[in-house]
Amino acid sequence: MSVLIFTTIFIFAIKYRRRSESEIPQPIIGSLRLEITWSIIPFLVMLTFFWWGAKIYFLNATPPPDSMDVYAVGKQWMWKLQYPTGQREINELHVPIGRPVKITLASEDVIHSFFIPALRVKHDVVPGHYDTMWFTATRPGRYHLFCAEYCGTEHSGMVGWVTVMEPADYQAWLSSGGSGGSMAEQGERMFEQMGCSTCHLLDRQGRCPNLRGVYGSHVQLAGGKSVLADDAYLRESILNPNAKIVAGYHADVMPSFQGQVSEEGILQLIVYIKSLGNTNAPGAPTAALTGAGAQPGNARRVSQQGDKATLQDGGKQ
Amino acid sequence: MSTALQAPEAIETPNYLNAEYGWKSWLFTTDHKRIALLYLISISVMFALGGVFAMLIRVELLTPQGDLVNSDTYNKLFTMHGVVMVFFFLVPSIPATLGNFLVPMMIGAKDLAFPRINLLSWYIYIAGALFAVTSIVMGGVDTGWTFYTPFSTTYSNTFVITAAVGVFIAGFSSILTGLNFIVTIHKMRAPGMTWGRLPLFVWSNYATSLIQVLGTPVVAITLALVVLERAFHIGIFDPAIGGDPILFQHMFWFYSHPAVYIMILPGMGVISELVPCFCRKRIFGYEFVAASSLGIAIIGFLVWGHHLFVTGMSMYAGLYFSLLSMLVAVPSAIKVFNWTATMYRGSVSYQTPMLYAFGFIGLFTVGGLTGLFLASLGMDVHLTDTYFVIAHFHYVMVGGMVVAYLGGLHFWWPKITGKMYPEGWGKFSALLVFVGFNVTFFPQFILGYMGQPRRYHAYAPEFQVLNVMSTAGASILALGYVIPLIYFIWSLRYGKPAGNNPWGATGLEWTTQSPPTTFNFDVTPVVTEEAYEYSKRPEVEVG
Repeated sequence: MSVLIFTTIFIFAIKYRRRSESEIPQPIIGSLRLEITWSIIPFLVMLTFFWWGAKIYFLNATPPPDSMDVYAVGKQWMWKLQYPTGQREINELHVPIGRPVKITLASEDVIHSFFIPALRVKHDVVPGHYDTMWFTATRPGRYHLFCAEYCGTEHSGMVGWVTVMEPADYQAWLSSGGSGGSMAEQGERMFEQMGCSTCHLLDRQGRCPNLRGVYGSHVQLAGGKSVLADDAYLRESILNPNAKIVAGYHADVMPSFQGQVSEEGILQLIVYIKSLGNTNAPGAPTAALTGAGAQPGNARRVSQQGDKATLQDGGKQ
Repeated sequence: MSTALQAPEAIETPNYLNAEYGWKSWLFTTDHKRIALLYLISISVMFALGGVFAMLIRVELLTPQGDLVNSDTYNKLFTMHGVVMVFFFLVPSIPATLGNFLVPMMIGAKDLAFPRINLLSWYIYIAGALFAVTSIVMGGVDTGWTFYTPFSTTYSNTFVITAAVGVFIAGFSSILTGLNFIVTIHKMRAPGMTWGRLPLFVWSNYATSLIQVLGTPVVAITLALVVLERAFHIGIFDPAIGGDPILFQHMFWFYSHPAVYIMILPGMGVISELVPCFCRKRIFGYEFVAASSLGIAIIGFLVWGHHLFVTGMSMYAGLYFSLLSMLVAVPSAIKVFNWTATMYRGSVSYQTPMLYAFGFIGLFTVGGLTGLFLASLGMDVHLTDTYFVIAHFHYVMVGGMVVAYLGGLHFWWPKITGKMYPEGWGKFSALLVFVGFNVTFFPQFILGYMGQPRRYHAYAPEFQVLNVMSTAGASILALGYVIPLIYFIWSLRYGKPAGNNPWGATGLEWTTQSPPTTFNFDVTPVVTEEAYEYSKRPEVEVG
C-alpha cells in the first residue's frame, strides 16, 4: 500500500511540476465516490490484518491441556525457573521440541516481561498476578531469553538462554539434576514446616478446609458465591486468607503468609496442592468435583498444535 | 524574487516586534504572536536538551557492551529524552507556537479569546519545565517516560516526584491553551468565516484542543496518584500494598495514546496548508480532511488498550482495542489520499516547505502502516517493547510531527519575522533531515523484528551493525536540525525582506503585512470565499 502511495506521489510530483510561474491549475473540488473507495479498501485490508492477528492471539492465550509445566519467577534482575521434577535454574530454560510448554509467570517486585524472540512469544510478568504463556518449540538450538519490560538498573542484564533439545536429550538433562526432590515434595516439606498441615488436615476436615481434590474444583464460598480453585485463587488464599472464606469456615483463623514465603515457595505449595489430586476423601463438603471445568478447549487441541507450528515457522513475512 | 529595489523603511513599519522594547514588554505581553515566540524559544531549548540526550543514547549504543555510561545513567538518559521530548516539546510544539501565532490570524481575529490566560499558560509551561530540569540537575529520573508502576512508585531511587510534578504542571498549560483555542475558534471568527471556510490548520488545532481539554486531566490525576503513592504509600498501584499495577497503565494510556494525536494532528494541519499552496490548487475533499481530524480525535480516545496486549488483559478487550486501533488508520489514510489527490493536475513547486511536506507524507505513511502491525494482536505479542515500537513512533513523531513543524516554520517564517530564510540551505537541510531520519530509524524496524528489546543499555552482539547504522544516521539528522537553527537566526538580521505573501498563498494571515501589526488587522476582514481558492489568486507579492 505504501509503495502505491509513494509511486503516485512521485509521479504526480514529476508530472505536475510547476512549468511556469504564472500557471494556474483548474480547481478540483473532490469526489465522494473516491473518498468512499479509499476509505473502504484500507478498511477491508485492515480487517484482514485484524482477523489474522486475532486468531494467533487467541491461540496464544489458550495453552493445550497436555502441555508440560514450567514455573518462572522474575526478580530484579534475573529469571528463576523451576520444573515440576525439581530442577531449578537461573536465566536458563530447557525445553524439548514438539511438546507444548506452559510457563506460569510470577514476579517478586516490578513488572518484567518474558520474551523469547525466536519463538515469537512474550508475556508481561506482573507482580500480584499469575500469567501464563505457552509455545511449542520446533527446532533444537539456543535462543535468546530477554526481559522486555523495563525493570530498573540492570534491565538489559536480565537476559538468558532457552535451550531447545531433542526429547531424548531433554530426558537425559532432566534426570541429571534436581537434588531437592520434585516441586511437589518441596512444597510438601514447606506445608509441614510452616505449620499448614496442623489445620489443613488431609484425611478429614480440620479447622481449615481439607485440600485434597481442591485444585481445579469449584469451591463454595461463604455468602453463596463459588470460585474456581486455580493458581491465582490458591496464591491469594495463602497471602490474604480472609479474601475468600470457604463456606462453613471462619475468617481470621489462618494468618497471612505475606512476606514469609517467596514467590517460588508459593508455586511449590501450589504444585503440592495440585498433586493432592482429585481423589477426594469421601464426605468432604468443600470441593465439588468438577475438574473438567478447569480445562476448556480439549476438543480443539489437535488443530491448535498444528496452527502453532505454522505460526513459528511462518511468522516471518 | 528580486528585492534589491525594496525601500529599507519597509522593515521599519510598525509591527508587533518593534511596537515595544525591553524585557518587560516580552515577559508581560498578552500578544498571541509574542507569546508564540516565547514558546518557540523555550521549546527549542527543550528540543536541544532532548536531542543531546538522544545523541548520548545513540553513541552509547555504538557497541554492544555498556561502556560509555553506566546502566543507571543510560536509564536516566532515555527517560529524560522521553519526558523532555514528549511533554515539553512535542505536545506544545505546533499548537503553542504556530497555532498560537496563526489561529487568531487565520480566522481574522485580533488575538485569542483569553490573552492573559495565554500568557499564564506559558508561565505554567516554564514552571513545569523548571521542575523537570531540576530533577535532571539533581540526578535524573530512571523510570522511563511512561512512569510504569510499581517501579516508579516503590522501586526507583531517583527523583520521580519532581519529574512527575513537572509533567503534572505542564499539563495545565496544555489544558489552558486548548481551552483558549476552542473558545477563540467558536467565538472570534471574522464575518463570513464559516466553519466550512476554516483553514484546515484551524480544524486540526480545534480537534487537538478537544483532546487536550478532555485527556490531559486524566494523566494529571494519574501522575498525582503516583506522587501520592510514592510519598505516602497509599496502595493504588503497588500490589504489595493492595494496588494494581495494570490500573496505572490503563489510566496512563487513556491520556497518552490520545496525546499521540495531540502531537500529530497539528502536523497534519500544517501539511494541509502546505500541499494546496505549493500545488496552487484547492485541497481535494476539504470536508473529508476536516472531518477526519475530528474522527481521529474521537476514535483516538478508544484505543488505549493496545498498549496492554501482553499484560494479561482479557482476550476480548484485546479484540476490541485491536479493531478500533485499526479503525483510526482509516481517517489517517483519508488524509494521505486527499493530499496525494490534491497534487493531481496541480502545479507543484519544490520549495523547502513542500519538501518537508513530501517528507511528512512519506514518513507518516510508513509510521502509520507499521502501526497496523502493532495493532494486530498476534504481531504485537512479538513486536511490542522492541525497537520496532521505537521506530514506529519515531516515524510518526519525528518523521511526522517534527518534519511538519519544520515545514510549517519555514512556510510561516516570512510572516513571523518578515524575513526570508536562505532557500538553498533550506532545501539542503530538508534533504539531510529526510535522509538522516531514515538511516537512523529504518534499521530499528529490523532490529525490533529480530528481537532487540527497547531500553537496553547493553545488547546482543548480532545487533551491532544495524545499531551503528542508526547512530550514523542520527548524526546526519542532528546536522539537519542545526543548519536551520543557524540560518533562521542569521535570517533575522541578513534575510531578504519577505513581503506580505511570498508564496502566493491564500488565507487571511497572508493578507496582512509581514511581520503583522500588534492587532493583526487594521480593519476586521470579511471573508467571502472558501479556503484554498488558488484559482482566483494568482498574484505573488514579493517584498
